[in-house]
Amino acid sequence: MNLQTLIDYAPMLGQGTLETLYMTVVSVLFSYILGLPLGVLVVITGKNSLASMPKFNAVLGWIVNIGRSIPFIILMVALIPFTRMVVGKSIGSTAACVPLIIGAAPFVARLVETSLEELDYGVIEAAKAMGATNWQIIYKVMLPEAVPSLVRGVSIATITLIGYSAMAGAVGGGGLGDIAIRYGYHRYEYEVMLITIVLLVIIVQVIQSIFNLVARRIDKRNR
Amino acid sequence: MFKIENLTRIYNTGNTQVKALDGVSIDIDTADIFGIIGMSGAGKSTLLRCMGMLDRPDEGSIEIDGVDVLSVTPRQLIEVRKQIGTVFQGYNLLMQKTVAKNIAFPLELSNTPKEDIHKRVTELLELVGLSDKAQSYPSQLSGGQKQRVAIARALAVNPKVLLCDEPTSALDPLTTRSILSLLKEINQKYSVTIVIITHEIGVVRSICNKVAVIDNSVVVEQGETKAVFESPRSPVTRQLLNMGGDTL
Repeated sequence: MNLQTLIDYAPMLGQGTLETLYMTVVSVLFSYILGLPLGVLVVITGKNSLASMPKFNAVLGWIVNIGRSIPFIILMVALIPFTRMVVGKSIGSTAACVPLIIGAAPFVARLVETSLEELDYGVIEAAKAMGATNWQIIYKVMLPEAVPSLVRGVSIATITLIGYSAMAGAVGGGGLGDIAIRYGYHRYEYEVMLITIVLLVIIVQVIQSIFNLVARRIDKRNR
Repeated sequence: MFKIENLTRIYNTGNTQVKALDGVSIDIDTADIFGIIGMSGAGKSTLLRCMGMLDRPDEGSIEIDGVDVLSVTPRQLIEVRKQIGTVFQGYNLLMQKTVAKNIAFPLELSNTPKEDIHKRVTELLELVGLSDKAQSYPSQLSGGQKQRVAIARALAVNPKVLLCDEPTSALDPLTTRSILSLLKEINQKYSVTIVIITHEIGVVRSICNKVAVIDNSVVVEQGETKAVFESPRSPVTRQLLNMGGDTL
Protein backbone atom coordinates (compact mmCIF):
# COMPACT_ATOMS: atom_id res chain seq x y z
CA MET A 1 0.00 0.00 0.00
CA ASN A 2 1.20 3.45 -0.88
CA LEU A 3 2.01 5.53 2.19
CA GLN A 4 1.28 8.71 0.27
CA THR A 5 -2.32 7.54 -0.33
CA LEU A 6 -2.73 7.03 3.36
CA ILE A 7 -1.43 10.51 4.18
CA ASP A 8 -3.54 12.12 1.46
CA TYR A 9 -6.72 10.50 2.60
CA ALA A 10 -6.05 10.60 6.35
CA PRO A 11 -8.15 13.72 7.09
CA MET A 12 -11.08 12.33 5.12
CA LEU A 13 -10.80 8.93 6.79
CA GLY A 14 -10.63 10.57 10.21
CA GLN A 15 -13.72 12.59 9.40
CA GLY A 16 -15.46 9.44 8.16
CA THR A 17 -14.58 7.56 11.34
CA LEU A 18 -15.98 10.38 13.46
CA GLU A 19 -19.16 10.45 11.40
CA THR A 20 -19.61 6.71 11.76
CA LEU A 21 -19.10 6.93 15.51
CA TYR A 22 -21.46 9.89 15.72
CA MET A 23 -24.22 8.09 13.83
CA THR A 24 -23.72 4.97 15.90
CA VAL A 25 -23.76 6.67 19.29
CA VAL A 26 -26.76 8.88 18.52
CA SER A 27 -28.78 6.06 17.00
CA VAL A 28 -27.94 3.59 19.79
CA LEU A 29 -28.97 6.17 22.37
CA PHE A 30 -32.27 7.04 20.74
CA SER A 31 -33.13 3.51 19.66
CA TYR A 32 -32.86 2.53 23.35
CA ILE A 33 -35.03 5.45 24.39
CA LEU A 34 -37.70 3.97 22.12
CA GLY A 35 -36.79 0.28 22.30
CA LEU A 36 -36.24 -0.16 26.03
CA PRO A 37 -39.78 0.83 27.10
CA LEU A 38 -41.17 -1.09 24.15
CA GLY A 39 -39.27 -4.23 25.19
CA VAL A 40 -40.42 -3.87 28.80
CA LEU A 41 -44.00 -3.42 27.61
CA VAL A 42 -43.76 -6.57 25.48
CA VAL A 43 -42.52 -8.55 28.49
CA ILE A 44 -44.96 -7.33 31.13
CA THR A 45 -48.03 -7.67 28.91
CA GLY A 46 -47.04 -11.22 28.01
CA LYS A 47 -48.70 -14.38 29.25
CA ASN A 48 -48.50 -14.92 33.03
CA SER A 49 -46.57 -11.70 33.50
CA LEU A 50 -47.10 -8.62 35.64
CA ALA A 51 -49.75 -6.94 33.54
CA SER A 52 -50.89 -9.68 31.23
CA MET A 53 -52.80 -8.28 28.24
CA PRO A 54 -52.75 -10.95 25.52
CA LYS A 55 -54.43 -8.89 22.78
CA PHE A 56 -52.33 -5.78 23.34
CA ASN A 57 -49.25 -7.99 23.53
CA ALA A 58 -50.08 -9.58 20.19
CA VAL A 59 -50.49 -6.14 18.58
CA LEU A 60 -47.15 -5.01 20.01
CA GLY A 61 -45.51 -8.18 18.73
CA TRP A 62 -46.89 -7.46 15.28
CA ILE A 63 -45.61 -3.89 15.28
CA VAL A 64 -42.15 -5.02 16.34
CA ASN A 65 -42.09 -7.77 13.73
CA ILE A 66 -43.20 -5.43 10.96
CA GLY A 67 -40.48 -2.98 11.99
CA ARG A 68 -37.92 -5.73 11.87
CA SER A 69 -38.95 -7.16 8.52
CA ILE A 70 -38.55 -3.99 6.45
CA PRO A 71 -35.11 -4.06 4.80
CA PHE A 72 -33.09 -1.14 6.13
CA ILE A 73 -32.23 0.26 2.71
CA ILE A 74 -35.95 0.45 1.85
CA LEU A 75 -36.78 1.98 5.23
CA MET A 76 -34.13 4.62 4.67
CA VAL A 77 -35.60 5.72 1.34
CA ALA A 78 -39.19 5.45 2.50
CA LEU A 79 -38.49 7.65 5.50
CA ILE A 80 -36.94 10.50 3.52
CA PRO A 81 -40.00 12.80 3.85
CA PHE A 82 -40.23 12.06 7.56
CA THR A 83 -36.49 12.63 8.02
CA ARG A 84 -36.77 15.98 6.27
CA MET A 85 -39.61 16.90 8.59
CA VAL A 86 -37.62 15.98 11.71
CA VAL A 87 -34.10 17.28 10.97
CA GLY A 88 -34.82 19.62 8.07
CA LYS A 89 -32.73 17.71 5.51
CA SER A 90 -32.35 14.21 4.17
CA ILE A 91 -28.60 14.14 3.54
CA GLY A 92 -25.77 13.90 6.05
CA SER A 93 -24.99 12.00 9.22
CA THR A 94 -27.70 13.56 11.36
CA ALA A 95 -30.33 12.80 8.75
CA ALA A 96 -29.10 9.20 8.55
CA CYS A 97 -29.76 8.83 12.28
CA VAL A 98 -33.52 9.05 11.79
CA PRO A 99 -33.96 5.82 9.80
CA LEU A 100 -31.21 4.20 11.88
CA ILE A 101 -33.15 4.87 15.07
CA ILE A 102 -36.48 3.78 13.65
CA GLY A 103 -34.94 0.70 12.09
CA ALA A 104 -33.10 -0.30 15.25
CA ALA A 105 -35.81 0.40 17.87
CA PRO A 106 -37.80 -2.82 17.22
CA PHE A 107 -34.56 -4.78 17.18
CA VAL A 108 -33.58 -3.21 20.50
CA ALA A 109 -37.04 -4.06 21.88
CA ARG A 110 -36.42 -7.74 21.09
CA LEU A 111 -32.96 -7.61 22.68
CA VAL A 112 -34.44 -6.09 25.84
CA GLU A 113 -37.23 -8.66 25.80
CA THR A 114 -34.73 -11.51 25.61
CA SER A 115 -32.69 -10.09 28.50
CA LEU A 116 -35.74 -9.70 30.71
CA GLU A 117 -37.18 -13.11 29.86
CA GLU A 118 -33.96 -14.70 31.09
CA LEU A 119 -34.70 -13.53 34.63
CA ASP A 120 -35.67 -16.09 37.23
CA TYR A 121 -39.38 -15.63 37.83
CA GLY A 122 -38.87 -16.53 41.49
CA VAL A 123 -37.18 -13.20 42.13
CA ILE A 124 -40.10 -11.31 40.63
CA GLU A 125 -42.52 -13.36 42.69
CA ALA A 126 -40.48 -12.67 45.83
CA ALA A 127 -40.72 -8.94 45.14
CA LYS A 128 -44.46 -9.31 44.64
CA ALA A 129 -44.73 -11.17 47.93
CA MET A 130 -42.94 -8.27 49.62
CA GLY A 131 -45.61 -5.91 48.40
CA ALA A 132 -43.80 -4.36 45.44
CA THR A 133 -46.00 -2.58 42.92
CA ASN A 134 -45.63 -3.54 39.26
CA TRP A 135 -43.75 -0.33 38.63
CA GLN A 136 -41.34 -1.10 41.48
CA ILE A 137 -40.84 -4.61 40.16
CA ILE A 138 -39.86 -3.20 36.76
CA TYR A 139 -37.38 -0.57 37.88
CA LYS A 140 -36.13 -2.09 41.12
CA VAL A 141 -36.01 -5.76 40.18
CA MET A 142 -36.30 -6.60 36.49
CA LEU A 143 -34.10 -3.89 34.99
CA PRO A 144 -31.31 -3.90 37.64
CA GLU A 145 -31.16 -7.70 37.70
CA ALA A 146 -30.93 -7.81 33.91
CA VAL A 147 -28.21 -5.15 33.59
CA PRO A 148 -25.33 -7.46 32.58
CA SER A 149 -27.50 -9.05 29.93
CA LEU A 150 -28.82 -5.64 28.81
CA VAL A 151 -25.24 -4.41 28.43
CA ARG A 152 -24.45 -7.38 26.19
CA GLY A 153 -27.55 -6.43 24.21
CA VAL A 154 -26.22 -2.88 23.80
CA SER A 155 -23.02 -4.28 22.30
CA ILE A 156 -25.02 -6.28 19.75
CA ALA A 157 -27.16 -3.23 18.93
CA THR A 158 -24.10 -1.00 18.61
CA ILE A 159 -22.27 -3.30 16.23
CA THR A 160 -25.39 -3.87 14.17
CA LEU A 161 -25.85 -0.11 13.94
CA ILE A 162 -22.26 0.37 12.77
CA GLY A 163 -23.12 -1.97 9.90
CA TYR A 164 -26.37 -0.13 9.19
CA SER A 165 -24.62 3.25 9.33
CA ALA A 166 -22.24 2.06 6.61
CA MET A 167 -25.30 1.31 4.53
CA ALA A 168 -26.59 4.80 5.23
CA GLY A 169 -23.46 5.99 3.43
CA ALA A 170 -25.02 4.73 0.20
CA VAL A 171 -27.63 7.48 0.32
CA GLY A 172 -25.35 10.30 1.39
CA GLY A 173 -25.23 9.65 5.08
CA GLY A 174 -21.51 10.17 5.38
CA GLY A 175 -19.22 7.99 7.47
CA LEU A 176 -16.83 5.21 6.52
CA GLY A 177 -19.47 3.35 4.50
CA ASP A 178 -19.93 6.42 2.33
CA ILE A 179 -16.18 6.64 1.69
CA ALA A 180 -15.95 2.93 0.88
CA ILE A 181 -18.71 3.20 -1.69
CA ARG A 182 -17.57 6.45 -3.29
CA TYR A 183 -13.87 5.64 -3.54
CA GLY A 184 -13.81 1.87 -3.59
CA TYR A 185 -16.89 1.10 -5.60
CA HIS A 186 -17.36 4.09 -7.87
CA ARG A 187 -13.73 5.11 -8.42
CA TYR A 188 -12.04 1.73 -8.15
CA GLU A 189 -9.66 3.01 -5.47
CA TYR A 190 -9.46 -0.25 -3.67
CA GLU A 191 -6.78 0.92 -1.23
CA VAL A 192 -9.13 3.45 0.29
CA MET A 193 -11.87 0.88 0.51
CA LEU A 194 -9.49 -1.51 2.21
CA ILE A 195 -8.52 1.09 4.77
CA THR A 196 -12.15 1.83 5.60
CA ILE A 197 -12.79 -1.87 6.09
CA VAL A 198 -9.77 -2.15 8.38
CA LEU A 199 -11.00 0.85 10.35
CA LEU A 200 -14.47 -0.69 10.69
CA VAL A 201 -12.98 -3.98 11.86
CA ILE A 202 -10.92 -2.17 14.48
CA ILE A 203 -13.93 -0.19 15.70
CA VAL A 204 -16.04 -3.33 16.02
CA GLN A 205 -13.30 -5.24 17.83
CA VAL A 206 -12.67 -2.45 20.29
CA ILE A 207 -16.35 -1.96 21.04
CA GLN A 208 -16.96 -5.67 21.50
CA SER A 209 -13.98 -6.04 23.83
CA ILE A 210 -15.00 -3.08 25.95
CA PHE A 211 -18.57 -4.29 26.30
CA ASN A 212 -17.48 -7.84 27.13
CA LEU A 213 -15.20 -6.52 29.83
CA VAL A 214 -17.85 -4.23 31.29
CA ALA A 215 -20.54 -6.92 31.22
CA ARG A 216 -18.28 -9.35 33.05
CA ARG A 217 -17.17 -6.78 35.61
CA ILE A 218 -20.65 -5.65 36.57
CA ASP A 219 -22.20 -9.10 36.71
CA LYS A 220 -22.29 -9.97 40.42
CA ARG A 221 -23.26 -13.54 39.66
CA ASN A 222 -19.58 -14.12 38.92
CA ARG A 223 -17.71 -14.75 42.11
CA MET B 1 -54.57 -15.07 63.72
CA PHE B 2 -54.45 -16.87 60.38
CA LYS B 3 -57.78 -18.50 59.69
CA ILE B 4 -58.26 -20.45 56.51
CA GLU B 5 -61.63 -21.88 55.73
CA ASN B 6 -62.76 -24.24 53.06
CA LEU B 7 -60.07 -23.20 50.58
CA THR B 8 -60.43 -24.65 47.11
CA ARG B 9 -58.14 -23.98 44.20
CA ILE B 10 -58.74 -25.47 40.79
CA TYR B 11 -56.23 -25.28 37.95
CA ASN B 12 -57.31 -25.64 34.37
CA THR B 13 -54.71 -27.43 32.35
CA GLY B 14 -56.02 -27.79 28.85
CA ASN B 15 -59.27 -29.72 29.09
CA THR B 16 -58.68 -31.28 32.46
CA GLN B 17 -59.28 -29.64 35.81
CA VAL B 18 -56.92 -30.26 38.69
CA LYS B 19 -58.07 -29.63 42.22
CA ALA B 20 -54.88 -28.51 43.97
CA LEU B 21 -56.76 -27.69 47.15
CA ASP B 22 -60.10 -29.14 48.14
CA GLY B 23 -61.89 -27.59 51.10
CA VAL B 24 -58.79 -26.92 53.17
CA SER B 25 -59.35 -25.39 56.61
CA ILE B 26 -56.49 -24.46 58.91
CA ASP B 27 -56.42 -22.43 62.07
CA ILE B 28 -53.14 -20.84 63.11
CA ASP B 29 -52.72 -18.95 66.38
CA THR B 30 -50.36 -16.06 67.06
CA ALA B 31 -46.78 -17.18 67.75
CA ASP B 32 -47.41 -20.71 66.52
CA ILE B 33 -44.78 -22.48 64.51
CA PHE B 34 -47.15 -24.29 62.26
CA GLY B 35 -45.95 -27.11 60.07
CA ILE B 36 -47.76 -28.09 56.89
CA ILE B 37 -46.45 -31.43 55.78
CA GLY B 38 -47.24 -33.67 52.85
CA MET B 39 -45.76 -35.51 49.91
CA SER B 40 -44.81 -33.75 46.69
CA GLY B 41 -47.87 -32.68 44.75
CA ALA B 42 -50.17 -32.83 47.77
CA GLY B 43 -51.08 -29.14 47.41
CA LYS B 44 -48.75 -27.63 50.02
CA SER B 45 -47.21 -25.02 47.79
CA THR B 46 -50.56 -23.95 46.37
CA LEU B 47 -51.79 -23.48 49.92
CA LEU B 48 -48.77 -21.38 50.80
CA ARG B 49 -49.14 -19.30 47.62
CA CYS B 50 -52.76 -18.62 48.55
CA MET B 51 -51.74 -17.69 52.09
CA GLY B 52 -49.08 -15.32 50.75
CA MET B 53 -51.60 -13.66 48.40
CA LEU B 54 -49.63 -14.78 45.38
CA ASP B 55 -52.48 -16.94 44.16
CA ARG B 56 -56.22 -16.59 44.56
CA PRO B 57 -58.34 -19.49 45.73
CA ASP B 58 -61.51 -20.25 43.78
CA GLU B 59 -63.50 -20.77 46.97
CA GLY B 60 -63.14 -20.27 50.68
CA SER B 61 -61.88 -17.49 52.92
CA ILE B 62 -58.63 -16.32 54.45
CA GLU B 63 -58.64 -14.11 57.52
CA ILE B 64 -55.63 -12.45 59.09
CA ASP B 65 -56.40 -11.02 62.52
CA GLY B 66 -60.06 -10.93 61.64
CA VAL B 67 -59.57 -9.15 58.30
CA ASP B 68 -60.93 -10.93 55.26
CA VAL B 69 -57.91 -10.52 53.01
CA LEU B 70 -59.55 -11.95 49.90
CA SER B 71 -61.96 -9.05 49.54
CA VAL B 72 -59.46 -6.18 49.74
CA THR B 73 -58.74 -3.70 46.95
CA PRO B 74 -55.52 -4.09 44.91
CA ARG B 75 -54.01 -1.18 46.84
CA GLN B 76 -54.82 -2.78 50.18
CA LEU B 77 -53.53 -6.10 48.87
CA ILE B 78 -50.04 -4.60 48.69
CA GLU B 79 -50.33 -3.65 52.37
CA VAL B 80 -51.58 -7.13 53.27
CA ARG B 81 -48.58 -8.68 51.51
CA LYS B 82 -46.29 -6.53 53.64
CA GLN B 83 -47.70 -8.17 56.77
CA ILE B 84 -46.63 -11.53 55.42
CA GLY B 85 -42.95 -12.37 55.01
CA THR B 86 -42.14 -15.19 52.64
CA VAL B 87 -39.06 -17.40 52.52
CA PHE B 88 -38.64 -19.55 49.44
CA GLN B 89 -36.84 -22.82 48.86
CA GLY B 90 -34.82 -21.24 46.06
CA TYR B 91 -33.97 -18.15 48.18
CA ASN B 92 -34.98 -15.79 45.34
CA LEU B 93 -32.42 -13.16 46.25
CA LEU B 94 -31.50 -10.25 44.01
CA MET B 95 -28.27 -11.52 42.48
CA GLN B 96 -26.98 -8.10 41.45
CA LYS B 97 -27.37 -6.56 44.90
CA THR B 98 -25.30 -6.95 48.04
CA VAL B 99 -26.58 -8.82 51.09
CA ALA B 100 -27.27 -5.51 52.84
CA LYS B 101 -29.16 -4.19 49.80
CA ASN B 102 -31.21 -7.37 49.60
CA ILE B 103 -32.31 -7.00 53.19
CA ALA B 104 -32.98 -3.30 52.64
CA PHE B 105 -35.14 -4.02 49.60
CA PRO B 106 -38.55 -4.42 51.29
CA LEU B 107 -37.82 -1.30 53.35
CA GLU B 108 -37.02 0.67 50.22
CA LEU B 109 -40.32 -0.47 48.75
CA SER B 110 -42.14 1.26 51.59
CA ASN B 111 -39.96 4.38 51.30
CA THR B 112 -38.37 3.98 54.73
CA PRO B 113 -35.90 6.79 55.56
CA LYS B 114 -32.27 5.92 54.82
CA GLU B 115 -31.01 6.05 58.44
CA ASP B 116 -33.82 3.76 59.57
CA ILE B 117 -32.99 1.31 56.79
CA HIS B 118 -29.35 1.24 57.80
CA LYS B 119 -30.23 0.65 61.44
CA ARG B 120 -32.69 -2.11 60.69
CA VAL B 121 -30.34 -3.86 58.24
CA THR B 122 -27.50 -3.85 60.78
CA GLU B 123 -29.87 -5.30 63.36
CA LEU B 124 -31.07 -8.04 61.04
CA LEU B 125 -27.58 -8.94 59.86
CA GLU B 126 -26.65 -9.46 63.48
CA LEU B 127 -29.76 -11.55 64.11
CA VAL B 128 -28.96 -13.94 61.26
CA GLY B 129 -25.23 -13.93 62.05
CA LEU B 130 -24.03 -12.40 58.80
CA SER B 131 -22.71 -9.01 59.92
CA ASP B 132 -19.42 -9.67 58.13
CA LYS B 133 -21.19 -10.44 54.84
CA ALA B 134 -23.07 -7.16 54.45
CA GLN B 135 -21.13 -6.15 51.33
CA SER B 136 -20.96 -9.65 49.80
CA TYR B 137 -23.11 -10.71 46.87
CA PRO B 138 -25.43 -13.74 47.04
CA SER B 139 -23.23 -15.69 44.61
CA GLN B 140 -20.45 -15.55 47.20
CA LEU B 141 -22.58 -17.21 49.90
CA SER B 142 -23.37 -20.82 50.75
CA GLY B 143 -26.95 -22.12 50.57
CA GLY B 144 -27.45 -21.76 54.30
CA GLN B 145 -26.14 -18.20 54.26
CA LYS B 146 -28.41 -17.33 51.34
CA GLN B 147 -31.39 -18.64 53.27
CA ARG B 148 -30.36 -16.52 56.27
CA VAL B 149 -30.33 -13.46 54.04
CA ALA B 150 -33.76 -14.43 52.73
CA ILE B 151 -35.05 -14.79 56.29
CA ALA B 152 -33.60 -11.41 57.29
CA ARG B 153 -35.18 -9.84 54.22
CA ALA B 154 -38.56 -11.37 55.00
CA LEU B 155 -38.37 -10.00 58.55
CA ALA B 156 -37.30 -6.50 57.57
CA VAL B 157 -40.75 -4.92 57.64
CA ASN B 158 -41.79 -6.68 60.87
CA PRO B 159 -44.37 -9.00 59.36
CA LYS B 160 -46.98 -10.65 61.52
CA VAL B 161 -46.35 -13.98 59.93
CA LEU B 162 -43.44 -15.66 58.20
CA LEU B 163 -44.34 -18.15 55.49
CA CYS B 164 -41.57 -20.60 54.68
CA ASP B 165 -41.83 -22.74 51.57
CA GLU B 166 -39.54 -25.75 51.98
CA PRO B 167 -36.92 -23.48 53.55
CA THR B 168 -34.45 -26.26 54.24
CA SER B 169 -35.11 -28.70 51.42
CA ALA B 170 -32.04 -27.64 49.48
CA LEU B 171 -29.76 -27.70 52.53
CA ASP B 172 -27.67 -30.35 54.25
CA PRO B 173 -28.76 -31.65 57.68
CA LEU B 174 -26.35 -29.51 59.65
CA THR B 175 -27.33 -26.31 57.87
CA THR B 176 -30.97 -27.32 58.14
CA ARG B 177 -30.61 -27.54 61.90
CA SER B 178 -29.04 -24.09 62.13
CA ILE B 179 -31.75 -22.53 59.96
CA LEU B 180 -34.45 -24.17 62.06
CA SER B 181 -32.94 -22.93 65.30
CA LEU B 182 -32.76 -19.46 63.78
CA LEU B 183 -36.48 -19.66 62.95
CA LYS B 184 -37.22 -20.81 66.47
CA GLU B 185 -35.18 -17.97 67.92
CA ILE B 186 -37.06 -15.46 65.77
CA ASN B 187 -40.36 -16.94 66.85
CA GLN B 188 -39.49 -16.69 70.53
CA LYS B 189 -37.85 -13.28 70.37
CA TYR B 190 -40.44 -11.47 68.30
CA SER B 191 -43.54 -13.67 68.68
CA VAL B 192 -43.73 -13.88 64.89
CA THR B 193 -46.08 -16.58 63.71
CA ILE B 194 -44.24 -19.01 61.45
CA VAL B 195 -45.74 -21.34 58.88
CA ILE B 196 -43.43 -23.96 57.43
CA ILE B 197 -44.25 -26.03 54.40
CA THR B 198 -42.15 -29.15 54.26
CA HIS B 199 -41.99 -32.80 53.27
CA GLU B 200 -39.46 -33.59 56.00
CA ILE B 201 -41.02 -34.92 59.18
CA GLY B 202 -37.84 -34.04 61.07
CA VAL B 203 -38.45 -30.33 60.45
CA VAL B 204 -41.91 -30.51 61.97
CA ARG B 205 -40.73 -32.63 64.85
CA SER B 206 -37.90 -30.29 65.77
CA ILE B 207 -39.64 -26.93 65.76
CA CYS B 208 -43.38 -27.01 64.99
CA ASN B 209 -45.81 -26.89 67.90
CA LYS B 210 -48.70 -27.60 65.55
CA VAL B 211 -49.00 -29.51 62.33
CA ALA B 212 -51.40 -30.11 59.48
CA VAL B 213 -50.94 -33.13 57.27
CA ILE B 214 -52.05 -32.57 53.74
CA ASP B 215 -52.62 -35.31 51.21
CA ASN B 216 -54.30 -35.26 47.83
CA SER B 217 -55.39 -31.63 48.23
CA VAL B 218 -57.11 -32.33 51.54
CA VAL B 219 -56.03 -31.79 55.15
CA VAL B 220 -56.17 -35.28 56.62
CA GLU B 221 -55.35 -34.32 60.18
CA GLN B 222 -54.14 -31.38 62.22
CA GLY B 223 -53.42 -30.42 65.78
CA GLU B 224 -50.61 -30.28 68.32
CA THR B 225 -47.54 -31.92 66.81
CA LYS B 226 -47.08 -34.18 69.81
CA ALA B 227 -50.63 -35.48 69.76
CA VAL B 228 -50.70 -35.98 66.00
CA PHE B 229 -47.39 -37.81 65.87
CA GLU B 230 -48.11 -39.98 68.93
CA SER B 231 -51.34 -41.33 67.57
CA PRO B 232 -51.44 -40.71 63.82
CA ARG B 233 -54.87 -41.41 62.41
CA SER B 234 -54.19 -41.23 58.70
CA PRO B 235 -52.06 -43.64 56.66
CA VAL B 236 -50.11 -40.72 55.12
CA THR B 237 -49.02 -39.45 58.52
CA ARG B 238 -47.86 -42.94 59.43
CA GLN B 239 -46.04 -43.20 56.15
CA LEU B 240 -44.30 -39.84 56.68
CA LEU B 241 -43.37 -40.84 60.23
CA ASN B 242 -41.83 -44.06 58.99
CA MET B 243 -39.79 -42.32 56.35
CA GLY B 244 -37.74 -39.96 58.42
CA GLY B 245 -38.62 -40.30 62.06
CA ASP B 246 -35.44 -38.81 63.43
CA THR B 247 -35.40 -35.42 65.03
CA LEU B 248 -33.07 -33.11 63.17
